[in-house]
Amino acid sequence: MKTELQFDFTVNKETKTVTINRTFDAELDLVWDAFTKAEILDQWVAPKPWKSKTKYMNFEVGGKRFYAMVSPEGHERWSIQEYTSIMPKTNFKMYNTFADENEKPELPGSDWHYNFSEENGMTKVNISIYNESLERLERMIEMGFKEGFTATVNNLEQLLAKLSKK
Amino acid sequence: MLIALQAMTPNTIAENFNTTRQAVSKHLRILTECQLVKQEQQGREIYYSLEIDKMKEIDKWINELRKIWETRFNQLDDVLSILKTQKK
Repeated sequence: MKTELQFDFTVNKETKTVTINRTFDAELDLVWDAFTKAEILDQWVAPKPWKSKTKYMNFEVGGKRFYAMVSPEGHERWSIQEYTSIMPKTNFKMYNTFADENEKPELPGSDWHYNFSEENGMTKVNISIYNESLERLERMIEMGFKEGFTATVNNLEQLLAKLSKK
Repeated sequence: MLIALQAMTPNTIAENFNTTRQAVSKHLRILTECQLVKQEQQGREIYYSLEIDKMKEIDKWINELRKIWETRFNQLDDVLSILKTQKK
């Protein structure tokens, strides 16, 4: 079932943009909530065994989400997302920066655009991430996610086990 | 990628495409800044060649970033299916 869901991922070095398209087997309302509510975001946004911890989140224009990716050893890597534009259940934009635990941002950051659309009960999400520097893009990967990769296989196995039980 | 086969000058690269030496030089400058190509002065000409290892490195981290998103979205699939059953 998973394999039918569209997923494409492209990196354009010239425009310094990462573009991601993904279809989810759920209605728009639910998917929108999953991307815009802290309590749901924290459940999926960190690749296991990392955890996402949101200190606070005000999903409104000019509002912020201050959160950390927590490593299995308990290391916290903080980031700030500032919402720059919101059109409910259609799209939103944010500016993402790495930060320290005192909420001091490390500029420059990256611009994130999210677009949502529903078709036949499936929801398509388009994400484009513009990075001012490619170096930062490189850091996004180095920033702790390495352990996440090795865990990918485990996640998938758990997922498949869960699905086959249904 | 012509320069993967041999080091070339901006002029010879431009001859292989429908473009100017200036345009080629501009691209090469960016690639040099990213350390994807290296320059070598030979007399009056500068020869450019591809940094294969650096290219591989970039390819590797693009794949890693792709994997992060794949993992993330698989987790979201899970969360969504749980939320759906809760709603019913």
